[in-house]
Amino acid sequence: MSFAPGQTVGPFFHLGLPYEGGNLLVPAGHPDGVRLHGRVFDGQGAGVPDALIELWQADPSGQVPRATGSIRRDGYTFTGWGRTQTDGDGHYWFSTLLPGADPGRRPFFAVTVFARGLTDRLFTRAYLPGDEPDPLLDGLEPDRRVTLITTREERGLLFDIHLQGEGETVFLSYPRQAR
Amino acid sequence: MTTQADINREIAELRGSGGPQPRRDYPPYRSSMLRYPTRDLHQVDPEGVELWAPCFGAADIDDHEADLTVQRSGEPLGERIVVTGRVLDGDGRPVRHQLVEIWQANASGRYWHQRDQHPAPLDPNFIGAGRCLTDGDGVYTFQTIKPGAYPWRNHDNAWRPAHIHFSLFGTDFTQRLVTQMYFPGDPLFDLDPIYQSVTDAKAREMLVASYDHSVTAPERSLGYRWDIILSGTHRTPLEES
Ligand SMILES: [Fe+2]
Repeated sequence: MSFAPGQTVGPFFHLGLPYEGGNLLVPAGHPDGVRLHGRVFDGQGAGVPDALIELWQADPSGQVPRATGSIRRDGYTFTGWGRTQTDGDGHYWFSTLLPGADPGRRPFFAVTVFARGLTDRLFTRAYLPGDEPDPLLDGLEPDRRVTLITTREERGLLFDIHLQGEGETVFLSYPRQAR
Repeated sequence: MTTQADINREIAELRGSGGPQPRRDYPPYRSSMLRYPTRDLHQVDPEGVELWAPCFGAADIDDHEADLTVQRSGEPLGERIVVTGRVLDGDGRPVRHQLVEIWQANASGRYWHQRDQHPAPLDPNFIGAGRCLTDGDGVYTFQTIKPGAYPWRNHDNAWRPAHIHFSLFGTDFTQRLVTQMYFPGDPLFDLDPIYQSVTDAKAREMLVASYDHSVTAPERSLGYRWDIILSGTHRTPLEES
């Protein structure tokens, strides 16, 4: 069965998609909160000021959140999902918790990237730094692997996204999207 | 300046070259040039959260957000329409109680957005954004205004066919879809690099709604039907709860 093609979000997605608190999976200043942030770059290394990033993650125990309330947050429930737009420098940030994973697995954030100029959304993973084996990371050349691993900072994690060119981020497809 | 004839030639050269999904590298759409990934996508088996989609519920959304004609104090200008359809997964199952978001230009082809410089009038009674949850059969319904075509700067005299932007979720993360719905018979289809970035003609047709008189509301609004098929899910039935 064929499925509907994607189309670019275009330049005016701010009208319909971002919403207040979209980037606050936990309130800023939450005792266990971290900032996951970075910049989105184009093929010439310029920040992309009209990108939209969605974040989807397990809770710290590795459970997949099933609670509603990502759009109207109550300030207590961890829904595991957020959305934010890049600013004029191509920078985005989320306030969230560190994801967990099943024992022996490497935790990651599932990330979706949209932008004017991208004809379709892109999927990627932002892994926590660590030593656990991982089927995806272990199958990549080192220079590709590093594009999927966040850098630990004093108060959070850095994850830059390079749409094109040097240091191009590894973007993912899944079996049921095979062309 | 690139002319429409130049773009038409580029579109013609790439016709049929890209399969049923849009080409990521599609030069006729100029702003894609520095933004498309040059490497092949890396295929991976989904795991963990990728096997699930976020949940949205009644607490996230008010019913009136599905009616874009009542967001301001007065009636918006333009042709009132109903847009309805079913969201299905790649195996034909309805996607129930899931979020659908839309945004669009007003009847004059102008967005409620500071970066829209098209000198067509804003309508103080039309913002152009809405959301709803699908019902138990996967059905969504929006009341809105038929959007106008609008010019953009891709090339000289470039115009987008009238469209409504749609954002959809499935039951797993991998089904996420943002796309655009078009209206039947638009004379701008052949000229539009965004619509044509899907180079397969049959796949493009999946983006076009059909007029449906059974959806038309007497004395009120014209009806359009647009069903949306997402890609397949990766969870096995045992994991469904
Ligand atoms: Fe648009």
